[in-house]
Amino acid sequence: MSETGTEQYNFKIVRSFAFSALFWLVIGLIVGLWIAFEMFNPALNLAPWLSFGRLRVVHTNGLGLGFGLAGIFATSYYILQRLTRTALPFPRLAQAHLYLFNTTIALAALSLMAGMNTTKEYAELEWPIDIAVVVFWVMFAINVFATLIKRREKQMYISLWYIIAMTIAIAILYIVNNLEIPVTLFKSYTVYAGANDANVEWWYGHNIVGFIFTVPILAMFYYFLPKSTGLPIFSHRLSIISFWALNFAYLWTGAHHLMLSPLPEWIQTVAIAFSIFLIAPSWGSVINGYYTLQGNWEQLRTNYLVKFFIFGITFYGLQTLQGPLQGLRTLNAFFHFTDWVVGHVHMGTMGWVTMIISASFYYMIPRITGNQLYSIKLANTHFWLILVGQLIWTITMWIAGIQQGAMWKATNPDGSLMYSFLDTLTSLYPYYRLRFAAGVIYFAGILIFVWNLIMTVRQAPQKDEAEQPIQNKELQSWG
Amino acid sequence: MGITSKPVVFAVLSAAVILIGSTVTVFIPLFMPSTQPVSAYVKPYTSVELEGRDIYMREGCNNCHTQTVRPLRTEVLRYGEYSKPEEFAYDRPFLWGSRRTGPDLNRIGGKYPDSWHYRHMQSPQSMFEKSNMPPYGWLAKNRLDTSNSYKKTSILGYGFSEQDVQVQISQYRSKVTADTYLSKETRDLVTPAELHHELTEMDAIIAYLQKLGRDVKNLETKK
Repeated sequence: MSETGTEQYNFKIVRSFAFSALFWLVIGLIVGLWIAFEMFNPALNLAPWLSFGRLRVVHTNGLGLGFGLAGIFATSYYILQRLTRTALPFPRLAQAHLYLFNTTIALAALSLMAGMNTTKEYAELEWPIDIAVVVFWVMFAINVFATLIKRREKQMYISLWYIIAMTIAIAILYIVNNLEIPVTLFKSYTVYAGANDANVEWWYGHNIVGFIFTVPILAMFYYFLPKSTGLPIFSHRLSIISFWALNFAYLWTGAHHLMLSPLPEWIQTVAIAFSIFLIAPSWGSVINGYYTLQGNWEQLRTNYLVKFFIFGITFYGLQTLQGPLQGLRTLNAFFHFTDWVVGHVHMGTMGWVTMIISASFYYMIPRITGNQLYSIKLANTHFWLILVGQLIWTITMWIAGIQQGAMWKATNPDGSLMYSFLDTLTSLYPYYRLRFAAGVIYFAGILIFVWNLIMTVRQAPQKDEAEQPIQNKELQSWG
Repeated sequence: MGITSKPVVFAVLSAAVILIGSTVTVFIPLFMPSTQPVSAYVKPYTSVELEGRDIYMREGCNNCHTQTVRPLRTEVLRYGEYSKPEEFAYDRPFLWGSRRTGPDLNRIGGKYPDSWHYRHMQSPQSMFEKSNMPPYGWLAKNRLDTSNSYKKTSILGYGFSEQDVQVQISQYRSKVTADTYLSKETRDLVTPAELHHELTEMDAIIAYLQKLGRDVKNLETKK
């Protein structure tokens, strides 16, 4: 590593985080398939720790914090060093970050299976694990800012802005939402009560999605799309406007998760207004992505990575239209609490997030190991399987959501309810079976992805880029 | 752009931009009494109900059940009076939920007798063949741990003395173990013999479910 001098990039840490991400991805998806099966057949609730209520949070935390964060750390450490032409200042700290991160996620999964659950969505972990999360986040932040301060490239490229914003925002969100008073080592109560707790939680819940599943993924998009196509980003100015508008508007919108709830109406209405506004900066990035390929659309066929980026950003675009619309009171009254929202989330995670991380890894791993990608053919198979799996998955859930929403609302001519609750649930089982099948297709694609990368690093290296000296040209001709 | 060459300034500016919306929509409302009003008609949970609530959280019941009835015609028809902010003054955390795989529970209290819940928790499928709810019969095999009950209520500021908590626990134990308890037969059926005279986790979670919405119902009958 870089003990021999600061002249070498530290790519070992990138590789370790990338494979940590793949590990948690596989675990998270197995749990996902398990609970998807439980939805139409409760027989899999074999033991308390395998019951749906406990496993659902293992699925969300395992993929959001395990896969998502590890993917972000891997790509951030790579992008950061590349764009600043500076090696990580504290490689040992980064190594400790890696160990603490994986230990924390493992303990998180085990504690959730043991029922240590604060119930605040995406913040279910109990207080000792919260502290560990904050500690590894600070370890990450130290390397981020130290690298930026030591950097050799004067201008910070767009991706670095997004990494900075994420580092700051996640710290604020995580600490504020997780303020709790311990009862024992395994149990605590939040400091907020009722409507306030709901408001704080969905401010967090919405923005943790924003600053884990949007902001750093955009950092990857803005770096790896130009890198893998050789085309500069269409508009630097548009990316500046999008960046600041997104960061400003995102934080006002959490309450659209609490439409028609006992939360004060003005907070809900403000959230609606800003949600609509948020379409603009979101589509700023979508347009920037599309126009970057202007005149070079043949790369969709010739460059296997471009598919991932363009379909990924398209799902991001669809989601950022769907999200604000779901937040409108009238539509929310119909869609909220149904599977429609579950479909919405999964288009983002299975479409946008996973496709961009996949392409980023396909770009990075061969370069940091000095090997060729094991198989482009397999990468294409991976792409089509996760695309088809995701589309069947999400569209099935949208239909299920519309059906259940309509059945909840259906009344007889005398004004009485047409369906019992159980009727509205059991009518969804065919969709749940299809969703499970779609999940299997998707999972097959992910296994191919993992296999492809394992085989890539297992080949005898042609040249070890961990030893590769820092070059002068990184930012040439960008925007 | 000058700031793209100044990482620290950039970070401070990002933080400021992020904190504007957070302050207006989240931090300031924390200090406004109108966000979470308190009303005398809503009583805090007893320690047994609170233990039940903790079991509800432990099992992640909130992943499938909401606890907010929205002010919509069919929703009020299905569940009862819509949820009011006052009802949640003692809820730390809130348990409104985000997905209804199962029905809303904010008005479940008093809707069914305890015996219904004992049977349903033991085996949801024995009552509703096609239900996808996991069975929770094993809760009746666990003795209720009340060693932290007082500490819990005092952290939550419910204003109970240690003795109050002991009384609440022993009163509830007497209630469900008495021969006159209306749901005795079902309770004895799902509870192992050695725990017939003890409080179980099942007893506590049912006590909690029976509390949900009860204060609002009492208010409605008074009107």
